[in-house]
Amino acid sequence: MKRHLLSAADLDLGDATLILDTTTQIDAALAGREVKKLPTLRGRTVVNLFFEDSTRTRISFELAAKRLSADVINFAAKGSSVSKGESLKDTALTLEAMGADAIVCRHSASGAPHRLAEWVQGSVINAGDGTHEHPTQALLDAYTIRRRLGRLDGVRVTIVGDVLHSRVARSNVVLLDTLGAQVTLVAPPTLLPVGVGSWPVEVSYDLDAVLAKADVVMMLRVQQERMNASYFPSVREYSRRYGLDARRMALLPEDAIVMHPGPMNRGMEIAAEVADSVRSTIVEQVSNGLSVRMAVLYLLLGGDSK
Amino acid sequence: MSSSAWLIRGVRPYGEDAVDLLLRDGAIAEIGTRLQADDAEVLDAGGLIALPGLVDLHTHLREPGREDAETVQTGSRAAALGGYTAVHAMANTDPVADTAGVVEQVWRLGREAGLVDVAPVGAVTVGLAGAHLAELGAMADSPARVRVFSDDGFCVADPALMRRALEYVKAFDGVIAQHAEEPRLTQGAQMHEGELSARLGLAGWPSVAEEAIIARDVLLAAHVGSRLHVCHVSTRGSVDIVGRAKADGVAVTCEVTPHHLLLTDECVTGYDPLFKVNPPLRTAEDVEALRTGLANGTIDAIATDHAPHAMEDKECEWAMARPGMLGLEQALSVAVEAMIETGLLDWRELADRMSVRPARIGQLDGHGQPIEVGRPANLVLLDPDVRRVVNGADLASRARNTPYAQRELPARVVATFLRGRPTVLDAKAQL
Repeated sequence: MKRHLLSAADLDLGDATLILDTTTQIDAALAGREVKKLPTLRGRTVVNLFFEDSTRTRISFELAAKRLSADVINFAAKGSSVSKGESLKDTALTLEAMGADAIVCRHSASGAPHRLAEWVQGSVINAGDGTHEHPTQALLDAYTIRRRLGRLDGVRVTIVGDVLHSRVARSNVVLLDTLGAQVTLVAPPTLLPVGVGSWPVEVSYDLDAVLAKADVVMMLRVQQERMNASYFPSVREYSRRYGLDARRMALLPEDAIVMHPGPMNRGMEIAAEVADSVRSTIVEQVSNGLSVRMAVLYLLLGGDSK
Repeated sequence: MSSSAWLIRGVRPYGEDAVDLLLRDGAIAEIGTRLQADDAEVLDAGGLIALPGLVDLHTHLREPGREDAETVQTGSRAAALGGYTAVHAMANTDPVADTAGVVEQVWRLGREAGLVDVAPVGAVTVGLAGAHLAELGAMADSPARVRVFSDDGFCVADPALMRRALEYVKAFDGVIAQHAEEPRLTQGAQMHEGELSARLGLAGWPSVAEEAIIARDVLLAAHVGSRLHVCHVSTRGSVDIVGRAKADGVAVTCEVTPHHLLLTDECVTGYDPLFKVNPPLRTAEDVEALRTGLANGTIDAIATDHAPHAMEDKECEWAMARPGMLGLEQALSVAVEAMIETGLLDWRELADRMSVRPARIGQLDGHGQPIEVGRPANLVLLDPDVRRVVNGADLASRARNTPYAQRELPARVVATFLRGRPTVLDAKAQL
């Protein structure tokens, strides 16, 4: 494995499989234990460097590092580094001087973790950068699919929503392709990037037409700020055309699952009865996220990757 | 150091047969073989090529306002080292060059530096804000004699205002140099919109945002019978539109930057803001079209868009970095690689695109003249046979944001003469 995890493209099939298998082992090791803690990263320091609010991802990484017995520092630099006055580089050098072994970075600017990786010795883990990628989200999604369906190769995954601005979609497209899944993107044309034609995916504008052939439906969150920027006429029209409600869920094959990275807009991209149905893996994704992040930290910091 | 007469031995004007050039009293006094002049300093220029001193239509000297990035003095040094004898200093300073006072200040600073002729560009609109015309006539009548007006960095997007500007400058034979960028199509734009922007998750700057403005402006220029100059064209479509307008007889000229002739959006892959520039680096297909357009004359000039930026404005996140890159010192080398070594231009044609036509567009009478007896002795002598690796720390600019660091480029400027006086000798600036 590479030293950093900046993009899902940093993982080849071997790396990705190793992370998923390690996650399985961690889950097995912790299953039924009262003290859910492993001594693996004792004495190592993990910094959560979050320039953007993200309670879920930050808590997940924090708990993952703590369960591996690492020392965890939460460095919440709210807003941009520029508005705060200190540059990203100075922040990086400060953390470096404190001996951070891994920096988990969330930033509103695409590519910020790439810059960080040039300035520090430790491992940089991208916890979401702008509209670029969120590789651990893709890993936990892949893990969830594999646990539910037993495989990834050949699995048909339909990703629905704001692909243009979604780091979750970008990482999933890359990782699922590496793992042999077949991805279909469904969105209004305004929310697909101009260069999507070169991606290893099928593209459709018609959600009803693709549901019968989907083993997995992954709904993306529609950000509030897109709702009044003419990407679509109204929330209701978006919901009618691209929302997953009970009627649409009934079009899915019997074993198909419904995923969402959270937080959800209930009633917009996903109806409440879908989110709470037995097909939904949404809560499971959260707990799988913890295990996957433990595996990533373990492999980047402590583990023998070979 | 400087003498009133210089005898340049064995130099090849335009890469043609070797001759001696005698420079005296600011002009080319004699051209011939085995010239004698006892009072002249002698420069052995065997193997070197002589071209008319280069003229840049598009330079950011940053003074007044950002003297930490560049000053008229440091920028003039960089220009002379790059073989330039005249540069047009863009108006987006702080304060903006939108009054006679500011353009005159920049012009005087240029005279004091004395290494190149600094021709200030005046802003089209007050504060570059795109709302009201600046006092264009006052700038034209000032000692700075402004003839080129531009809101560069911003587009004069309002079509009515653009029309008025095009019309108004006819009174003193000025030209509007448009930064063609439809602002509504480029909100938050970070790089060329295409396959790579989709993958990198950076907001796209679509080619159509440039082309739509150029199409509109050539129609406006034709309608009111004015001259239009288009800054830094970067797309295949832009070349097509300008080519068609020229064929229709519209008085339009345009320029291309060295970086758009060499670099592509692939450079953005590592998110290093050294490669962030506006208009953005485009695709290999665009580079090809720009080279072809420059070769066939659709594109009139190479203009550097030399844009120095302080370290902290580049050593940061991509989205927070300022757009722009250095160009003066490497422009000729890039042109040699992109146009001479590919056989697309010969030396005489390169002189046309880097000196003759830019001087004509900017109306700098003493520049862009042929190498002939009686002409002003504005010359660059270059060694076409050396190849050098660019090192940012060696550059004369105060800033270090060169996109060519560690890249090997051909050719080197050995000497530059401004009205018969060496501003560069032995590849070193003469202060």
